[in-house]
Amino acid sequence: MDNIAGTKSGLTWAVHLSVAFLVILWLFPTVGLFVSSFRTADQIATSGWWKSMFPAEQNLVIRAAAPDTQVQQGDLYVIEGDLFEGRSAGTVSVWGISSRAIADYKAGDTAELNKGGTITVNPDGTYRMENTEEFTGSRGQRVFITATTPPEFTTANYESMLLDPRNSEGMTKAFFSTLTVTIPSTVIPIVIAAFAAYALAWMEFPGRALLIAAVVGLLVVPLQLALIPLLKFHNVIGIGKGYVGVWLAHTGFGLPLAIYLLRNYMVGLPRDIIENAKVDGATDFQIFVKIILPLSFPALASFAIFQFLWTWNDLLVAMVFLVDSTGETTVMTKQIVELLGTRGGNWEILATAAFISMAVPIAVFFAMQRYLVRGLLAGSVK
Amino acid sequence: MHPALQGLVTIIIGVGGCVGYFVLSNYLLDRFLLPARAFSAEQTAARRKLGTIFLFAIPSVLIAIGFLMTDALFSVQGFLWLVLAGALILGLWRLNDFVFGSGATTAGRNISRANMIRPWLFLLPAMVALGLYLTYPVFETFRLSFTQRIPGGYEFVGVDNYTQMMSEPKFWEAMRNNMLWLFVVPAMSTAMGLIVAQLTDRISWGNIAKMLIFMPMAISFVGASVIWKLMYDARPAEQDQIGVLNAIWVSFGGEPQQWLTLPIWNSFFLMVVLIWIQTGFAMVILSAALRGIPEETVEAAIVDGAGPFTIFFKIKVPQIMPTIVVVWTTITLTVLKVFDIVFAMTNGQWGTQVLANYMYDKLFRANDWGVGSAAAMVIMLLVTPILVMNVRNARREMK
Repeated sequence: MDNIAGTKSGLTWAVHLSVAFLVILWLFPTVGLFVSSFRTADQIATSGWWKSMFPAEQNLVIRAAAPDTQVQQGDLYVIEGDLFEGRSAGTVSVWGISSRAIADYKAGDTAELNKGGTITVNPDGTYRMENTEEFTGSRGQRVFITATTPPEFTTANYESMLLDPRNSEGMTKAFFSTLTVTIPSTVIPIVIAAFAAYALAWMEFPGRALLIAAVVGLLVVPLQLALIPLLKFHNVIGIGKGYVGVWLAHTGFGLPLAIYLLRNYMVGLPRDIIENAKVDGATDFQIFVKIILPLSFPALASFAIFQFLWTWNDLLVAMVFLVDSTGETTVMTKQIVELLGTRGGNWEILATAAFISMAVPIAVFFAMQRYLVRGLLAGSVK
Repeated sequence: MHPALQGLVTIIIGVGGCVGYFVLSNYLLDRFLLPARAFSAEQTAARRKLGTIFLFAIPSVLIAIGFLMTDALFSVQGFLWLVLAGALILGLWRLNDFVFGSGATTAGRNISRANMIRPWLFLLPAMVALGLYLTYPVFETFRLSFTQRIPGGYEFVGVDNYTQMMSEPKFWEAMRNNMLWLFVVPAMSTAMGLIVAQLTDRISWGNIAKMLIFMPMAISFVGASVIWKLMYDARPAEQDQIGVLNAIWVSFGGEPQQWLTLPIWNSFFLMVVLIWIQTGFAMVILSAALRGIPEETVEAAIVDGAGPFTIFFKIKVPQIMPTIVVVWTTITLTVLKVFDIVFAMTNGQWGTQVLANYMYDKLFRANDWGVGSAAAMVIMLLVTPILVMNVRNARREMK
C-alpha cells in the first residue's frame, strides 16, 4: 500500500494550507472587531484594524507649551517640552510649522518661526524654542509632526461601557437584564421537558406515537406565528410585557427541542435497569428521579447549552415580549441594534458593546463544546 | 426589586412550582387517589363521595373566576366559560368513575389504574405549554389573517389582507429575496461544511480547526451583524479604508463602495453572514457522518485505483446523502426565519427585505395585524413541506 501513502502525502501540504486559510478566513471578522474594541475612536477611524498590530505612521498637530511657561536663560527666552507629553511615545521623522508645509524639516532640524525665534524638534519629540525677545501671545506654537507610534491598545472603551454609571449607553443594565431573561428561560423548560420526555420514552399509554409526532412537527413551527396571539394572550391574563412573559415564551418555544432531545436520549438507556427497578417495587416517579435523571445528564447539558445560547442571543422574542417604551428592561441584543442606528460610525462603542454581549456565549461555547456537539448530532431531525 | 433578584425569585418559584407540581401530583395519586391496597365496597363508596365533592368544587371555582374576569354573564366569553366548565365536569365525572369505581377494589386494579393516569401527570405541563404557546397561535394567526383591527375589536375581511399583501411590491421583493436566500445559504453552508469536514478529517490539528470554524455558532446574529458591518464599512476615497472589503477593493484600484446599499449584491453580503454562522453547524454534523462511513468501502475504492476526488464524490458523498439532506433542511428552516441579520444590518432597505422582517414591519411598525398575520402564514406555508417530511420520517423511524 506504499503508493497510497505516497498519493496522500502529495496532497497533505495542500490540505494543511487550505485548512489554515479557511480557519483564518473564519476568524478574521471576529478578530477584527475584537481588536477594534481595544482601540481609541481616533485610531479606528484613521486606520484599518489590521494595521494596529504594527507601528503606525501618523500625522499629528500638537501645540507646544504656551508662552507663559518660558524661562530666561542668559540672553535667551526658552520654551522646552515634549510633544508626546500626555500621549504614547513615538518617533518623529519629519515636521513643519505650517499646515501647508507639514514635512519641511527633518527631526533635529531647526526652523525659523514667523513671529521671530527658532524651534528645534528632536526625534524623540522633545523640542526647544529660543528667542532673543520675549515670546508673546496666549497660545503655544502649532507643530505638525509625522510620527511613527508603536501599537497601542486601551481598555478605556470597556471601562466606559461597563463601569461608568453616567453612561446612558452603558451595557451593565442590559447585561443583567439579559441574564435575568436567560436563566429561568433555560431552567424551567428543562424541568418540564424531562418529565414529558420520560413519559414519552418509557411509559405505555394510548396516543403516545401521536404525541411524539406532534412534538416533531412543532419543532419546525416558526415562532413568528406566535407573536401576536401570545402578546394578546399575555395582555388578557394581565402580565403584559415583562420578564414573566418572556420566560413563558422562551419556555414554550424551547420545549419541542427539549422534549425531542431528551426523549431520544432516554429511549437509548438500557431497559434492564428500569425493569429491575420496577421489579424491586420502585414507582415511575422514583425511577425517574433516582435513575433516569442522573443518567440523562449529558442530554440535559446539551439542551441547557442550546437554550442558553438561543435565549442569550435572541432579539425577536425579547423585543416583542419584554422591551417596553421605557427601555428599563432592554436586553443587550436590542441595545446593540439601537446603537447601530444611533452610533453607526462609532466603532469603538459598537465593537465594545458587541464583545460584551458575545463574551459569555463564547466562553460557554469553548467550555462546553463537547455537549454542544453531542446535542447537535442528536437534535437534527433524522 | 432589582431584576436580578426578581429573576432569582422567579427561578425558585418557577422551578419550585414545576418540581412541586410533579412531586405533589404523584404523591396525591399514590397516597390518596389510588394507593396500592384493596378497599372494601363501603370504603370505596365513602372515597367516591369525597371525590364527588372535589369534583364539583373545582369547576364551580373556575366558573366563578371566569365570571369575575369577564364581568358579563351573557357575553360570548361567559358562554365559553360555561362550555369549558361543563366539559370539565363531564370529564371529571368520568375520571371519578375511573379512579374510584364501584364495589370492592383490589390492590392490583388500583396500581394499574394509577399507572394509566401517571403519564398524563408527567405530560400535562408540557402539553399545556405546547398547546398554548405553539399550537394555538398557529390557528389564531390563521384566524387573524382574515380579520382587521377596528376600534374595540376585529372584523372579518375575508382575503383582503392577502390581496393587499400581494399588491405590495415590498412583499414580492421579500419573496424574491427569501427564495434567493433559500437557494444560496443552505447550498453554500452545506458545501463549505462538507469541504471543511473532509479536509480536517485526517490532519493532526483538525479538531482545533473545526472548533474555530464552529465558533460563530455561539455568536448572536446581532453580534455577527456588527462584526460584518465593520468588514463592509466604507470611508470616503481620500481616507484610509477601515473596512476590510473596501481596503482590498481599493488596493485593486476600485472606488470605495457602500456595499450594503448596492441592490442585489447587498442581499448576498447579508447571506455571507448567515453562511459564516451556519457552516460550523453543517461541518459538525457532516464530519460525524464522514467518520461513520465504513472503512472497507473507501479501502476497496483505493485498491481499485480511485483518486482522492473520485473517492470523495463517488464513495463518500453518496453514503452520507441522508445526512446532507438533514443539514440542508435544518439550515433551510433557519433561513426561513432569518430576521435579526436583516433587521440589524439594513432593516430591509435598499432591496434587502425578507419575509420575517416584512412581517415584523407590518406587525409592529405599521401596526397592521391582519397583513402581518397573513405574512406569517406565508412563512408557515413555506415551512409545511419540511414539517410533513420530518413527521413522516420520525414515524417511520419509530416503527
